[in-house]
Amino acid sequence: MAKKRVVETEINGRKTEFLCEPRQTLLEVLRNQLDLTGTKEGCSNGNCGACTVLMDGRPVDSCLVLAVEACGAKLQTIEGVSPTSGLNELQQAFLQNAALQCGICTPGFIMSATALLAENPDPTEHDIRFYLAGNLCRCTGYDKIIRAVLDAARVGKGLKKEAAKTQAAAS
Amino acid sequence: MRDFEYEAPNSVADAVALLSRNGTARPLAGGTDLIDQIRVGRLKPDLLVDLKKVPELNVLELSASGLRLGAAVPCYKVYGHEGLVQAYAALADSARIIGGIQIQSRGSIGGNLCNSGPAADSTPSLIALGAVAVIAGPEGTREVPVENFCTGPGKNVLAAGEILVELKFPARPAISGSHYVRFIPRNEMDIAVVGVGTAVVLDAKKEKIVSARIALGAVGPTPIFAKSAGDALAGLPADETSLDKAAELARSHATPIDDMRGTKEFRIHVTGVLVRRSLQASIDRARS
Ligand SMILES: Cc1cc2nc3c(=O)[nH]c(=O)nc-3n(C[C@H](O)[C@H](O)[C@H](O)COP(=O)(O)OP(=O)(O)OC[C@H]3O[C@@H](n4cnc5c(N)ncnc54)[C@H](O)[C@@H]3O)c2cc1C
Ligand code: FES
Ligand code: FES
Repeated sequence: MAKKRVVETEINGRKTEFLCEPRQTLLEVLRNQLDLTGTKEGCSNGNCGACTVLMDGRPVDSCLVLAVEACGAKLQTIEGVSPTSGLNELQQAFLQNAALQCGICTPGFIMSATALLAENPDPTEHDIRFYLAGNLCRCTGYDKIIRAVLDAARVGKGLKKEAAKTQAAAS
Repeated sequence: MRDFEYEAPNSVADAVALLSRNGTARPLAGGTDLIDQIRVGRLKPDLLVDLKKVPELNVLELSASGLRLGAAVPCYKVYGHEGLVQAYAALADSARIIGGIQIQSRGSIGGNLCNSGPAADSTPSLIALGAVAVIAGPEGTREVPVENFCTGPGKNVLAAGEILVELKFPARPAISGSHYVRFIPRNEMDIAVVGVGTAVVLDAKKEKIVSARIALGAVGPTPIFAKSAGDALAGLPADETSLDKAAELARSHATPIDDMRGTKEFRIHVTGVLVRRSLQASIDRARS
């Protein structure tokens, strides 16, 4: 059997070192070795997006990434998105818009939408549908998810405007 | 998944040496084709040679002499490069529709070509834009025009130990445009039933076609260079009659099969429709 490798990464802001075989996917290691089971396995072939995590800021299907390839990378998983207490804007918007039923697709959608809003804080409905095309949902029919992301973008912008106002007032 | 070793060399020479030493070794770029092919047992490598740390395979350089695209550069960097999007629009069109955003973060144009699927979405654009594959192997380097690269479904000219290093594109003339379009039953995330890439050069008045290249995907065992269809446009006015003529000629290059995604007859018909549309889009881009 191939020798195990030591992989040094940063996961959700914390330096993390793990041992893995070259044939193990990042998804396998996250779930089965590091107990980060928030990342879900759907199809395991890159079609459903349930396993989406951010690797150096980019959304990737962790079922198509070898864990050894994560050496030196900064990873962000669903476990790392919420503030110390409560939920972040995007999670809140998913709840308020009933953008989930069974919930298995939700971590993947949140990770992809996080990357979208970082890249494009003011997306149109079309931008959102196109960007989230690699995430499948069998329950919601997508509309509620799209609305949740639109809402989160609105709230995010609102927050940024507030911050700008406070800054202006302070200076 | 099957047990294999993993190496990530830092140079072309080391990558070629590793691949030459082990007969079942496979190069790994973004892994968006390869990982699943290993998982389902279609490929049985004992060693994966990750090419993403080789500097030459990460080159993305636009200059007066043309474009150099390293074989491992992922799709999102292709459509994220403003100069490239302007000058080599067909390639950006392709990169934007290969899979969803997660696939585009990893999947490369080089991997798309080396996987050599008949419906690969970037290959018709590469052919239309006149790209040349730069290949390195145990015997040194060689260059192969992309239209001669694929030899059958999943098959190409790469010999044991050889890797694709980069794709080299000639400079685009000032008044030129290119475009890729595919037909799929869904809006995104699907395999092309027909794909068409075109590139057009217009005269100074933007009325006549100086030259054109047309390539087809998913209508034969490999992507097809419809040379006669493009050549026939040289010197003709950039109007509907000319485009109809090219579409008719392009149809004669298509040798599709019937399958669940479309019948032979349907694919040949759609080939003509898309050739016309793609040429018009290339002309519009050349004029703007
Ligand atoms: C959900 C999903 C959707 C997809 N949608 C599309 C689509 O719409 N259109 C489309 O065309 N494709 C699609 N693909 C297929 C795939 O993503 C593309 O073909 C992609 O461009 C492959 O690039 P890669 O870097 O991931 O290649 P890899 O998987 O790393 O490699 C592909 C093959 O090429 C070989 N190889 C890679 N690089 C080199 C090199 N430099 N030299 C020699 N050999 C090399 C590998 O050994 C392997 O056999 C999709 C895949 C998935 C999973
Ligand atoms: S489990 Fe990775 S894309 Fe479905
Ligand atoms: S909520 Fe069930 S799959 Fe999306």
